[in-house]
Amino acid sequence: MRHEKERDAILDKVYDSQRNVEMKIFRKLYHVTSIVFCLFLIALLLVTISWLPASGTVERPVNNEVSSRYIEKGLEETGAINIVAGMILDYRAFDTLGESHVLFVATITVLVLLRLNKTEKHEVEINDRQFEPKNDTILQFVATFLVPIIIIFGIYIILNGHLGPGGGFSGGAVIGAGLVLYLNAFGFAKTERFFTEKTYKGVCFFSLSFYCLAKSYSFYTGANHLHSVIPKGTPGAILSSGLILPLNIAVGLVVACTIYAFYAMFRKGGF
Amino acid sequence: MGPNLLANYGEAVSAVLFCIGFTNLLLQNNLIKKIIGLNIMDSAIYLFLAEKGYIAGRVAPIVVDGVTSAESYINPIPSGLVLTGIVVSVSVTALMLSLTIRLYTRYHTLDLDEISTLLKKEGR
Repeated sequence: MRHEKERDAILDKVYDSQRNVEMKIFRKLYHVTSIVFCLFLIALLLVTISWLPASGTVERPVNNEVSSRYIEKGLEETGAINIVAGMILDYRAFDTLGESHVLFVATITVLVLLRLNKTEKHEVEINDRQFEPKNDTILQFVATFLVPIIIIFGIYIILNGHLGPGGGFSGGAVIGAGLVLYLNAFGFAKTERFFTEKTYKGVCFFSLSFYCLAKSYSFYTGANHLHSVIPKGTPGAILSSGLILPLNIAVGLVVACTIYAFYAMFRKGGF
Repeated sequence: MGPNLLANYGEAVSAVLFCIGFTNLLLQNNLIKKIIGLNIMDSAIYLFLAEKGYIAGRVAPIVVDGVTSAESYINPIPSGLVLTGIVVSVSVTALMLSLTIRLYTRYHTLDLDEISTLLKKEGR
């Protein structure tokens, strides 16, 4: 007993950051060193940047034959007017598949980290929004008008991903924001009618496996110089550019579900 | 010093932003502020990539009137890379925030020094 008390006293003395002189010196040294290091890093990066080729000019190593090939052949080979969409969903579609999986894995990891057991969940649901009004009339009135507009705008961005600026990631983020607004205004009781953990699992599973299968199909037919049976359509029409539109929809669904799932999990540790 | 520091002012701003974020990461004790610092570093990288793809006088790579010559559009590759960066940064931020929540429920503080002191007092 005496032994433990002595040990605690020593520990308190050692870790007392206000009075321990060595700790004070270390703190000061750490601050000074990190500021000096950061100033050194700024100087180093600025010197490096001053030797880089001038920004905005054509004669740079970045503007090589790869980018000119994407621009010149992109419309012909992918059928997408938006060259970036054609690039990320056709030439580099596996990269985008990896990105969607990164989002999916991040959601699962957050779910594992924040998961609560039954009693804790009940407590959190009671404490949810303790200091805020539960059914705010102004918020509900505004949300009634805004949520449909936001979600339709998100769908528009996804469906026009190959025709203009936008695509699965940005449109999905907009739809997710609309869902979060709806949840804020009306509470979990309303959203759980159409969005539960099961919905999340189903939507993500089907979107990601559809993406996998569709892209492996185009890999087998396109990469071996076989003729692809999926028509390109006329550039500019909404049903054009082969697989890009369905892939955009799959990515958009995954992103919208992920945004909503992040919010729901941070608020009450589950859906 | 090289000749192009003024011409590369966008890249210079991104370097300064990167270092501001890094300083935040080193000097802040609050875990949430550390995460904000990391996000500032992410934004600096987006700015740098966007600046790499930009070519003066050219338009965004969305085909207008069927013109498909490489002389009319900016470089589309850095735009795709920025997209990848944003997705990864969102995932990493969510992961870090959830770890922060776990730490807070265990130690009831967000101060990294206090957390490490508590850890050492526990004898780990």
